[in-house]
Amino acid sequence: MSEPLDEILNVVVGNFNQWITIFLMVAGLYVVVARGNMVKKLVGLSIFQTSVYLLYISPGKILGGTPPIITDGVEVYSNPLPHVLILTAIVVGVATLALGLGLVVRINEAYGTIEEEEIFDQGSDE
Amino acid sequence: MVLLTLMALVVIGVVRLRNLFAVVILSSAYSFLMASVLIVLDAVDVAMTEAAVGAGVSTVLMLAALYLTKVEEAAPRHTPLLPMFVAVVIGAALVYGSVDMPNFGDAFTPVNTHVGSGYLVRSIPETGVDNVVSSVLASYRGYDTLGETVVVFTAGIGVLLLLRRNKRSRSKD
Amino acid sequence: MRVDVVLRVVTKLLLPFILLFGLYVQFHGEIGPGGGFQAGVIVGACIILYAIMFGLDRAMRVLSVTAVEKMISLGVLLYLGTGFAGMVMGGEFLNYSVLQHDPVHGQHLGITLIELGVLVTVAGTMVAIFYAFAGRGR
Repeated sequence: MSEPLDEILNVVVGNFNQWITIFLMVAGLYVVVARGNMVKKLVGLSIFQTSVYLLYISPGKILGGTPPIITDGVEVYSNPLPHVLILTAIVVGVATLALGLGLVVRINEAYGTIEEEEIFDQGSDE
Repeated sequence: MVLLTLMALVVIGVVRLRNLFAVVILSSAYSFLMASVLIVLDAVDVAMTEAAVGAGVSTVLMLAALYLTKVEEAAPRHTPLLPMFVAVVIGAALVYGSVDMPNFGDAFTPVNTHVGSGYLVRSIPETGVDNVVSSVLASYRGYDTLGETVVVFTAGIGVLLLLRRNKRSRSKD
Repeated sequence: MRVDVVLRVVTKLLLPFILLFGLYVQFHGEIGPGGGFQAGVIVGACIILYAIMFGLDRAMRVLSVTAVEKMISLGVLLYLGTGFAGMVMGGEFLNYSVLQHDPVHGQHLGITLIELGVLVTVAGTMVAIFYAFAGRGR
């Protein structure tokens, strides 16, 4: 294989996970900003959040490593620290998601809609 | 790599669909894919949590919330050009930055050579716990975990405050 | 609530195993993958499954709302109590090495207690959130 092509392939393989992470992050951001429906916004927010899990976990992976559970005869372990941070983040994520959904339910009861624009319309009528 | 591509496709589906029921089910599938990716990345504890939380509990909660609200999303009134532009610019900047990042799976990056590897050596003699994730979670970073537990506690109390009807107001209805 | 009889029977068969798996994840967490957070979610999901299949009233008879609310705070208190016990025994806050004569045994005890606190809080919160959403719909 020719030298520059090899280099490009190296960059693509080495960074593919980060590019997917970036794509997920940007897609989540887009949903949060562009969509007016509040449940959709929360789904976008959780996609953004899961992209952060990927951002933390993937640098901690070591090729040829195993999960960080100490076993005889295994030398290379992946980095345990990001796992700990993300483990707690997931559970906190679902708790805050539930809080957001609770707010959405209350907004629906108060305004009869979960579309942002329609709520703004109601506000300007008064 | 295949799993990651699948995840990206599912997300495109989530962004485009307007039926919220389908969106919720797709995001559940997305969580399962994420759990599989995490297993490939050696994060078994995290994968277990993601499968139980992301695909299980949060899907149930989303469906419960949909049951209480509406299933169909209204058509957007603005053309989403500005958000799209912002998203593309941010994505481009991040991709530009990512080229200088260390390659995937490298053992000698700063992430893998400082604190994390120290825990791997210290866990057995100091705590006698085989699973390093558990020992770091509960012992070395006990303060963090205490904070997270309190956050879960607070969120639970918040939901109860928002959604619970007390006995008096129910009898009035 | 009428649900398919096959689903009901299979749920009834599965429930004890889900609970048992939750406890296994909890207490095996020091050797294999697992811990308080995962076990809490699994135990919570078990109760939620029961509530979906057999109706909210029957689930609330198994685990009442007050009990769930007490569970949420009890877990945090257990966690904090373990931390303060370390202080009383002459160490720092959340230092488990002083809980018993041997530091390693002390760590073992401390980690077990803390994971138990996390389990109770997380399971309680999940069930409480589900009760709140489901109770709203009636």
